[in-house]
Amino acid sequence: MGKRTPLYDAHVRYGAHIVDFAGFDMPVYYTTVIDEHHATRNQAGLFDTSHMGEIRVKGRQALDLIQEVVSRDCSKLVDGQVALCVMCNDQGGIMDDCTVNRFGPQDYMMVVNAGTKDKDLNQILSVQAARNLDCQVIDETDDTAKLDLQGPFAEVILQKMVDINLNVIKYYRFALGKLDGVDAMLSRSGYTGEDGFEIYFPAQYAERMWEKLFELGREHGLKPCGLGARDTLRTESGYMLYGNDIDECTTPLECVYGWVVHLDKKSFVGKAALVRQKHEGIKKKLVGFEMLDKAVARHNYLLYMANREVGKVTSGCPSPTLGKNIGMAYVSEGLAEVGNTVDVRIRAEFHKARMVPMPFYKRKK
Amino acid sequence: MENPRELRYTKEHEWVKIEGDTATMGISDYAQHALTDIVYVELPKEGREFKQFESIAVVESVKSVSDVYAPLSGKVTELNKAVTEKPELVNKEPFTAGWLFRFKAKDLNELNNLMTAEQYDAYLASLKH
Repeated sequence: MGKRTPLYDAHVRYGAHIVDFAGFDMPVYYTTVIDEHHATRNQAGLFDTSHMGEIRVKGRQALDLIQEVVSRDCSKLVDGQVALCVMCNDQGGIMDDCTVNRFGPQDYMMVVNAGTKDKDLNQILSVQAARNLDCQVIDETDDTAKLDLQGPFAEVILQKMVDINLNVIKYYRFALGKLDGVDAMLSRSGYTGEDGFEIYFPAQYAERMWEKLFELGREHGLKPCGLGARDTLRTESGYMLYGNDIDECTTPLECVYGWVVHLDKKSFVGKAALVRQKHEGIKKKLVGFEMLDKAVARHNYLLYMANREVGKVTSGCPSPTLGKNIGMAYVSEGLAEVGNTVDVRIRAEFHKARMVPMPFYKRKK
Repeated sequence: MENPRELRYTKEHEWVKIEGDTATMGISDYAQHALTDIVYVELPKEGREFKQFESIAVVESVKSVSDVYAPLSGKVTELNKAVTEKPELVNKEPFTAGWLFRFKAKDLNELNNLMTAEQYDAYLASLKH
């Protein structure tokens, strides 16, 4: 038995098929992946993401610590801003991708992946100790429930149970309010490519909020969604998954995270390695591709051009929205050009794929 | 969905139907339900010879890739092109239109290694506990 979120019993009650994910017993689907995928694109989906880690950093030198551990310049963030970031190791390899949420000039919350939370916490604490920074680092994961309410009707549903006007919250901004009378953080963000919210509140209210959201959301077609749909939704939207598309052997310059690397920042872990890589040039690049037949390319399948191995698939799945099979892969720099075709080795056969721009799917505003 | 009485079943949830010297095979309703949305079916080449319980085809759902095993030894004679075109047929009609391929069975004594519908029903019931 793995770790469980406060909503484990609710998942079982709602008919979830449970799998292990990052040490947690998590729902992979309730009905079918495709059904839940379409519900999120067309109506609304509710995802339990309470397994993810919340690390609070506050105090006089909180910003100095944040600035050291992530590559993005967080000095210009404003209160209520959500900043997508990466944490690198000394070699520039990605230790995790996360968000930095600013509550105040001396108060931040990092939201990190479940599978990397302990590693991240150790890294943050060791950087703090090495630089002797005056701030507190608090692991709030177990006390925090997180629900992602995503889809075109997310705002309409959530508005019925909060006391603030959600309409004024911009993309990648959050506000504090009462969720059914309970203090909550309401962030307009997510991992699906749809409009929606990531909702944080004390773990003890998880069951109550889950039930209330369904009570209010049912008429809008709200469905519980598992990690299966979360994966196809994020892949269509070109979002990377830690452990699949990025890890400590990849740098942010090689994938889609170049824009969160600020090499002009005074100092951060991994800066020297990334400066060197930028100067010498990258050797592989993450690209999107679509299959030209019905075969599905999966994680770790190899790519060939003219019988020569040129790369490896990191994510691949059928795209329920687009009706074709898509994926991401690292391809040798120089060959990673939109329009190039490659042969994906799937078991004994080769299947053609074409490199295409990401995201594969972009919602109409 | 009831497991048809005239079929024989494997522990890996394939079924086989014998008509004269031709056998037809597919995966059971239990199997399609466990896989959920089937999005891709890879069938063997016509003429391929295989042994009983050898991995012979692949069915993929959104999340998973699963081997399909030969219920008997034989030689592939006909592929169901409809399921390669429309893999969801395996979900909708696993015992009929969603068959995977036909083959010439080599040794019908191998049927003794398979379960009858009654035995398969009992086997599925045992999996639930």
